[in-house]
Amino acid sequence: MKKHIELTENDNVNEDNLKVSGKRKDKNMKSKKLGSILYIGLVFFFLYLPIFVTMIFSFNSSKSLTRWDGFSLRWYERLWTDRDIIAAVWVSVSIALLATVVSTILGTITAIGLSKCRKVLKEWILNVNNIPVLNPDIVTAIGLMILFSSIGFFEKGYMTMLFAHIIFCTPYVITSVYPKVRALDVNLANAAMDLGATPFQALTKVIFPMIKPGIFAGILLSFTMSFDDFVVSYFVTGNGVSNISIVVYNMTKRTNPTINALSTLVIIVIVITMLIVNLVPMLAKRQDKTNMKNERNTK
Amino acid sequence: MRNKIVELKNVTKNFGNQQVLKGIDLNIYENEFLTLLGPSGCGKTTILRIIAGFEEPSGGQVLFNGIEFSKVPPYKREVNTVFQKYALFPFLNVEENVAFGLNLKKTEKGVVGEKVSRMLKLVGLEGFEKRDVDRLSGGQQQRVAIARALVNEPKVLLLDEPLGALDAKLRKEMQVELKKIQKEVGITFIFVTHDQEEALSMSDTVVVMNQGTIQQIGTPVDIYNEPENRFVADFIGESNIIDGQMLRDCLVRFDGMDFECVDKGFKDNEEVEVVLRPEDLVIVKPQEAQIRGRVTSVVFKGVHYEILIETETREYKVHTTQFFETGLSVGIIFDKDDVHVMYKMDY
Repeated sequence: MKKHIELTENDNVNEDNLKVSGKRKDKNMKSKKLGSILYIGLVFFFLYLPIFVTMIFSFNSSKSLTRWDGFSLRWYERLWTDRDIIAAVWVSVSIALLATVVSTILGTITAIGLSKCRKVLKEWILNVNNIPVLNPDIVTAIGLMILFSSIGFFEKGYMTMLFAHIIFCTPYVITSVYPKVRALDVNLANAAMDLGATPFQALTKVIFPMIKPGIFAGILLSFTMSFDDFVVSYFVTGNGVSNISIVVYNMTKRTNPTINALSTLVIIVIVITMLIVNLVPMLAKRQDKTNMKNERNTK
Repeated sequence: MRNKIVELKNVTKNFGNQQVLKGIDLNIYENEFLTLLGPSGCGKTTILRIIAGFEEPSGGQVLFNGIEFSKVPPYKREVNTVFQKYALFPFLNVEENVAFGLNLKKTEKGVVGEKVSRMLKLVGLEGFEKRDVDRLSGGQQQRVAIARALVNEPKVLLLDEPLGALDAKLRKEMQVELKKIQKEVGITFIFVTHDQEEALSMSDTVVVMNQGTIQQIGTPVDIYNEPENRFVADFIGESNIIDGQMLRDCLVRFDGMDFECVDKGFKDNEEVEVVLRPEDLVIVKPQEAQIRGRVTSVVFKGVHYEILIETETREYKVHTTQFFETGLSVGIIFDKDDVHVMYKMDY
């Protein structure tokens, strides 16, 4: 009886459950927990199994993608000597970096400007800004391809790919930065100028620190969007300039474990990046706390 | 002779086709605590923003120490502002917030530390240096905002309804504190509020505004005792406002009765308005007074009773510490210097 009361007090259950004895409830809870573990296990299994298979077979000594023939690093050696792949990695990384920098600057400035616009204009621009985000990549790709061919100003290749990436990354930056700008107290910039900051200083010393989370989200989004883009890059490039996705696509026409090796490296880079992104703020916070403690102690 | 620090000459301001300031003439002196008082939308905050440099006047002149400065950007003005919602920088701690202005001016680090700690001491926030500003109470944030503005040693401090967000008790405390700080630093404070009690208790000069025009400028005592028109009398404190006629100097007629007063300088038989403050009226036996009526309502207000007395022509509001029963027939008397005669406003 005593146990019964405890349970009802702790668990805030409804009247129907009150009739269930303590023991049976325990059992229910256990199976529920088991069920949720099983479910999450299945989700992770299907999400990560393909990745693990890819990684494991990158160390396979034979060319087979299904039969394990022993450990070797030959596909990594092949990767290192394949000039196409090295060139593609360079293209992917440099374009992702440049597109991220340019679209982050463009998008952030646009978002700040939008907050000062008239309401009608602002809503229009924000709606128009959503179109490229929702648009199927293939439509954007064909549109850009036709645009670049019809202008004829740029030769198709690295520059067209870079421009295309900047174009499709910028809306993501605007979408992630604008809510932060809107949440700003309008008087913050005024307060900064009141205290002697020029408009530019107000921007760098007050506005940027305030919208930093939005800008970081924009950077991450545009880098990933650019780095793993295939469709748009495939259509706007030319003159043999290809990024990783295009090279991989071309290689899949015949079995080639070099792709596995390349994928493994990409995954490792991503995991390390994610670790840094998540761990650095945590460590910084801990450092802050210990600093504060030390200060208090010295006082 | 006091020096003028800020002068507004026929300043106008339009937002679209709406004129929010209709020709403001105002002199603000050194070391003065001046309050802009008025209902919301009367243009008081716009005046403050023009002095701070966030708005440019549509017409007229703004002089600072005798030099036109309506085109000077805010960051070059020797004026600092305490904003309505404080506008503290949430990513900086208390100390860094206060030091913001000094750091922009590339002040030496030791000097910054010294000035900041002196300022935090002035506003009573010693020991809070490393706190996050969003972990402070409203009153403490308020003090940080004041310190952040004053540490730059401005010639004029602008305060935009800074006490609006505080609860009643804290607001009273901050009123006293602000006045004390102003005396201590000895600079001009321009304070914007819609709270008449706040304005009367803190200011050297009160500027009463309505609909983009100045209604009256004066000391709190002047404003209360000698309101210039119906709006001021109505806005500041409570009052009985009665239409009347100025028969000649020191004699006014209303409700068919003649009363002595101390006001002069009106035209003979000029239509005027008369203000009788509720606390100046004295309730007596009916036979002892010219004005007679019946008590219709008695409300206890703490310090006094608010009593409504209905006469044949109107209702008088009286504040008294004595209790009178409803239905009682009474008379009302007052001193001749409690009769305040004002020019009639055209509506």
